Amino acid sequence: MEIPYTTTARPDTGLYNAKIGIWLFLASEVMLFGGLFSAYIFLRIGAPEWPGTILGENFASSFDVLSVPIGTFNTMVLIASSVTVVMAWAQLMLKDFKKFRYYMGLTILLAMVFLVVKGFEYNDKFVHGYFPAEGTFLAVYFTLTGLHGLHVLGGVVVMAYLWGPGAKMWETNPQQFTNRVEVAGLYWHFVDLVWIFLFPTIYLL
Amino acid sequence: MSLKTVHIIFITASVLLAVGFGLWALNHYATAGSIGYLLTGILSVVSGVVLVVYGKRFLQKLSHISYL
Repeated sequence: MEIPYTTTARPDTGLYNAKIGIWLFLASEVMLFGGLFSAYIFLRIGAPEWPGTILGENFASSFDVLSVPIGTFNTMVLIASSVTVVMAWAQLMLKDFKKFRYYMGLTILLAMVFLVVKGFEYNDKFVHGYFPAEGTFLAVYFTLTGLHGLHVLGGVVVMAYLWGPGAKMWETNPQQFTNRVEVAGLYWHFVDLVWIFLFPTIYLL
Repeated sequence: MSLKTVHIIFITASVLLAVGFGLWALNHYATAGSIGYLLTGILSVVSGVVLVVYGKRFLQKLSHISYL
């Protein structure tokens, strides 16, 4: 049995299957992160001081606890990765598979750089005894950035599949493969957009 | 909505972040006087301008691809 609308748009929705699926998924993700952001806002409104006292030391602002240069570097890495993932998709539209592989590989590399840097950042916090249980600020920081990091990891797995074994589809059904890369790109942009909101709210404000 | 449209929205958000972060750093330079904040502020605002130029070039290059 052949599944309809894998490559062409459904007449009533104007979208192919995977695209409608990813938008529904992203809508649920907006609710997940939206709920956590709301929790953060209410926790912060209710806190007498922010970040407040951590391990007996009083901090006046979040950038006294977190490293803004590291956060800035990771922000640049994610912005660059969103550029490369669009380039990968655009190369498939131009029927240039070699360049797709190059740009998708670059996207995966950038995502892994983000995770490694985040790992070093977490390690630095743990070495100093800064665990989620040490205060509301740290609990919010680890919850939001941890969940975001898991999403980055998920993106790496999907993109690595499309770069590697999943790329065989380019030979049998190039249009469906292009659609899959577009859908992965939509997810990746969502993950990057979450960070664009996370960075100023957690690190700067 | 295609990846092209979402990318433009993302670049717009990135420009706002770059300019906002630049202003944040310049504001801290005005109060703290650290040269690091001044450099960060200038570089961030310049990054915002670079992203605007990139966005315009991106739109020109992918003019044949639909927004939907």
